[in-house]
This record gives sequence, structure tokens and C-alpha cells, in this order.
Amino acid sequence: MQPFVTHRGAVAVLDRENIDTDQIIPKQHLKRIERTGFGEFVFSDWRYFPDGSPRPDFVLNQEHGRRASVLVAGKNFGCGSSREHAAWALMGFGFRAVIAPSFADIFRNNAGNNGLLVIELPEERVQILAQRGREQPGYELEIDLEHQTIIDDLGLRISFAIDESRRHRLLQGLDEIGLTLMHDGDITKFEQGSFRPTPNLFPA
Amino acid sequence: MKTGKTLFDKVWDAHVVVERGSEPSLLYVDLHLVHEVTSPQAFEGLRLAGRKVRRPDLTFATVDHNIPTTADERFHIKDQIAAQQIATLRRNCETADIPLFDVGSGRQGIVHVIGPELGLTQPGMTVVCGDSHTSTHGAFGALAFGIGTSEIEHVLATQCVAQHKPRSMRVVVSGSLPQGTCAKDLALEIIRQIGTDGGTGYVLEYAGEAVRYLGMEQRMTLCNMSIECGARAGMIAPDETTFAYLKGRPYAPAPDAWDKAVASWRSLATDSDATFDNEIALDGSRLEPIVTWGTNPSMSVPVTARIPKPESARTASERAAMQAALDYMGLRPETAIEDIRIDRVFIGSCTNGRLEDLRSAAKVLRGYKIDSAVAALVVPGSEAVKRAAEAEELDRIFTEAGAQWREPGCSMCLGMNPDILAPKQRCASTSNRNFEGRQGREGRTHLVSPALAAASAVAGHFVDVRGWQYKEA
Repeated sequence: MQPFVTHRGAVAVLDRENIDTDQIIPKQHLKRIERTGFGEFVFSDWRYFPDGSPRPDFVLNQEHGRRASVLVAGKNFGCGSSREHAAWALMGFGFRAVIAPSFADIFRNNAGNNGLLVIELPEERVQILAQRGREQPGYELEIDLEHQTIIDDLGLRISFAIDESRRHRLLQGLDEIGLTLMHDGDITKFEQGSFRPTPNLFPA
Repeated sequence: MKTGKTLFDKVWDAHVVVERGSEPSLLYVDLHLVHEVTSPQAFEGLRLAGRKVRRPDLTFATVDHNIPTTADERFHIKDQIAAQQIATLRRNCETADIPLFDVGSGRQGIVHVIGPELGLTQPGMTVVCGDSHTSTHGAFGALAFGIGTSEIEHVLATQCVAQHKPRSMRVVVSGSLPQGTCAKDLALEIIRQIGTDGGTGYVLEYAGEAVRYLGMEQRMTLCNMSIECGARAGMIAPDETTFAYLKGRPYAPAPDAWDKAVASWRSLATDSDATFDNEIALDGSRLEPIVTWGTNPSMSVPVTARIPKPESARTASERAAMQAALDYMGLRPETAIEDIRIDRVFIGSCTNGRLEDLRSAAKVLRGYKIDSAVAALVVPGSEAVKRAAEAEELDRIFTEAGAQWREPGCSMCLGMNPDILAPKQRCASTSNRNFEGRQGREGRTHLVSPALAAASAVAGHFVDVRGWQYKEA
């Protein structure tokens, strides 16, 4: 997994709540068997007209949005389908972090497992970032995961909380499977234990 | 002071392989279900890391998401990328020795339909699948939740998931559901009350008289929709209804192990002195048939109501969301739901594609013709459901009414196969999500129960199925 230590990048604002993973990556793009190549399809129904030409009013088609790597959005971001393609598509476009008042559980895990940082901030803080993102030309944020801070060039400094185990994995770029396999002995012991919930699946 | 445990606590505790302080616990997985869309990258990841599938005997696969539903095309898929995805699953299952319930095997179907009907899903188990509607299996008192592809790879390699323990919420439904309503209406009502993120971070337990009265297929519908309020999972304590459903199914405990299994399943129910982190209560006897009008499953009203005005919203962002939803749906505030005309009807999906659902729709359609302006698609949830429905001649009722009777798969619930809405077409759908574009770009989805979908197909617009004149055979 790609580590996340610090990142500075342009901000794109999507002023909507409940942005579901069907919007982040519509189903017509889920048929690939690779983890790559989804970036050009991120938000595709909002980003392109049915004939495939870009909608000029959509933020990711505007000059600043095209190079955005920090997404600011409304609450319950990533709800709905478990498709990890949503995280792949956001990262494929170039996003390294998403900031919102809340995130759906599965999306949060998927993002973390791919090195996409999700930052939960109180609604009013997100509003400040969203407003600056909309109004300040070339607005950028600098995110420091080590110190858990977000700063901008206008003197704003925000601290954020994050699950400690998630932070540790992101900073080090740790592979969750590798971490779990350190407990291989425990898993084997569990499998050999007396717990038999399903007689036919665990033949005696 | 020692307090009692909830159903969720009991299943969780029995599966913790190792607790690691502030790190997520490792939870053992009893049953891992796999389908073609979210698994290829997981198998590829394993291969690149030189890792093996740890427990192919606890892993089962099927094809459902992008499989066509016409008899000829399901064996000769025209969409080359979809065909490649399915071929990849077949290859991966063969290499790893994972049982695959393939098209034509007699056991293929939507992953959340076949798990229970084969008896793979059992009380007290942990069940995961790369699909958010894995919550369905909680109807058996299993802890079942959807995972992403990296987590699929993790389960394939280690047979564990790394999880922080979610909080618990009990949803108590008193009374019994009125005639003309069902678990789908109950699920939509709960989501309407607590919102699309009201369950985020929680595992729900559905309890109360109304839930006890529900049959297994209705319970599955209820648990299926748990994810639509953001919940990690939804569970129902196993009881006689559960045991009767499971007995004799192919993967259920064999006769000599049955009594022991049932005894252990009985001990799973929440202790009377257990506490929950949160609790809500509903009066089931006041439930009405529900129709969604917006672009998430919480935007709904009773079928007899009118579309709300955005001005009624509590916050500015909610008002904006309502307006955007109405614009997308091509609807005006204050329109009576029963005045909304429909173009399409979809009966099927992991929410409502089981035999009871088809029976309930067929009962409404018997002796009627579908409105000439409406095209209706009925897609059984599995090959077994299709056989059972045909044995009861439900297929004849559907086709005589003018609906299309198709082959099993996820179909128009998410439109990954050729079954999609044309732009601006309006659909009464028994599926689970009315997100923008879900059933086809610019398609307009209204979530309803199977009976209400069937009645609306006949009327050409939404109707209150409580007043339906049923015709006998």
C-alpha cells in the first residue's frame, strides 16, 4: 500500500451529502479485472454528457479541479455499494485524501486499504474548507498525517482525529494481510479449537 | 457487575481469534461468498504476493452481478468485458479449488439468495462477501457484512477479517404488520425514520412481535436493507422459524448433528439483561405501504401521501438534496404518489427475488393484464427459486399478465447486465437502491414491495395495494 505521510494539493469541492459509490463509479465501469484504469471514470455520470463530452460546469472538469488531489464533500460520503472501485477511481484520478463530516463504514475501510486518507471533521469545519475551496482561486491544503493537521496558505490550521491503527498503517504503508499473517499460529489454533458452529462446514 | 450479552456479542466473541489492543481484532470467517465483480483483483493480489486461499472449503462462489437474464444470452454473453470477468472467476475457482455454483448448475443465483437456500448460511456464523447486501444473511442470526476487494483478498489469505467491534442498536417492532404491507415496507419505514446514515457504525438487531411473526424470506428482506441506513449488519435471533427453514437443506447440519446444532443455536438469543448502545421502537401495526420518491432509500412516503415540499426540510443542505432529487426524478412537490405513472416494473433482486416475493406479486397479477404502457420484468433470485416458482405455475401468471419471465441474476437492480432503464424511464422496483443512474443512466427508480409493484404494473401508476381486488384461480 502507498504510504501517506504529508500531502499538499489542490482542493475540489462537491457540495452534496450522501454521495454514494454508484455516483463515484457507476456500474458500467465495474467490469475490469484490474485495480487500475478507473480514474477516467470517477463521477462519470456527473462529469460527462451521455455522448462522452465533459460537462464544463462540473468541478473536476474545471482547470483547478482537474489537478485536484483533496476532495471536500458532504456527510455520509461513500454510502451504498461495497465496490472498492470507488477508492480505486478516486485515487486513479489523483485524489489522496477526502474530507467530509462522516463516511460510510465500508468505504472508509476500502479507502484505508488503498492509502486514500479519509478525514472526518465537524460539519462547520468542512463548511469553512468548502467555502474557501469554492471562493479562493487555486486553493490548496497541506495535510500532515504524522501531526494530524490540515493547513492552508491563509493561516487556517485544523487538527483532526483518526483511528490510531489506521494512522499507523497509512504512515508506514503497511500491508494488512502481512500484519494478520503474523498471527498465523493463533488462526490455526482457533481452527483446531472446540468451536464448531457449522457441523457440515467443519467436519469433525 | 456482569451483564448479559446480545446476540451480536455472542457471535462476535465466539469468533475473535486475537484481540490486539487499539488495533482491530481478527475475526474468524465461517463462510466467504464470492462473485465475479468484486473478486478478480483479490485473486490477482494473492497471486502477485505468492499467497494461497487458506480455506477453499469455507469459500463458495457464484455468478450473479453481470449475468444476462435471457435463456440464450446467459450462455453466450455478448458483452466481452462481462464475459471476461466471468471467465476469470471460473479460472480462479478452479485454480483455488473453490466450489462454483455456475450458470446451469441448478444452484446458481444471487449470492444472498443461494447462501440461505443451500443451507450454507447458519445461525451463529460469521459471513462475509464483497457485496454490501451481505447483511441479508443476518436473518439467520449470523453476523454478516459486506467487505471491499482488499478485504476479500485478506479473507482468502487468512480466513479472518480485521475489524473494530461496531456498536449495537436494537430495533423493536411491536404489533403485527397490517395486510398489504410486508418486510420491504418495514425496512423502508425504518430507513425513513433514522436516515441513510442512522445505522452507521452499528450492528442492528431486529426484535419484537412483528419480527417474530415474519417468515425467513421476509426476515431476509428486512436484514438485506440494513445497509441502506448505513448499518454494518442486521441480525435476527434464530427461532423455530429459522430451524424449520434450515432443516434438510443441502449444507445444513446432517440429521445426526441436527439436535446438537439446534441446541447451540438456541443459546444465541440476546440475554434478557443485555444492553444495547442504542434502541429504537416502532409500532408495526401502523405500517403503511411505502414508495420512495427520491434518490436515496430514505426519501419515501406512504403510498397514500404526496411528495413533500423541499421547504419542509430541516436544513439548507437537506433542502438542496430534496430539490436535486426531485429534479432528477422529474417530479413536483405535492404530487400524489398514486398519480405518478410508471413505464417499467422490476420484480427481483436479493431484496425481493425469493419465492414468497414472487408468490405475493403473482397473487396480485392473477387474472389481470399489465397496463399496455408498462413493461414488466420478473427475475427469480436463483435457479432454485425459478424451478420452485415454475412448479407452482407462477411463471404462467406472470407471462399471461404480460410480464417477462427471466433467468436468475441481479439484473435490473444494478443494471450491470443488459437489463437497464432508458433515460427518464420511471420504474417501480422491488430492489434496494434508488440512487441516480442505479438502474440505468437518468433512470428513475421508485422502491416498493413486490405486491405494490405488481398492482402498479396493472394500474399503470402507483396504487395502494391494500385495496386490491384479488382474483381467485
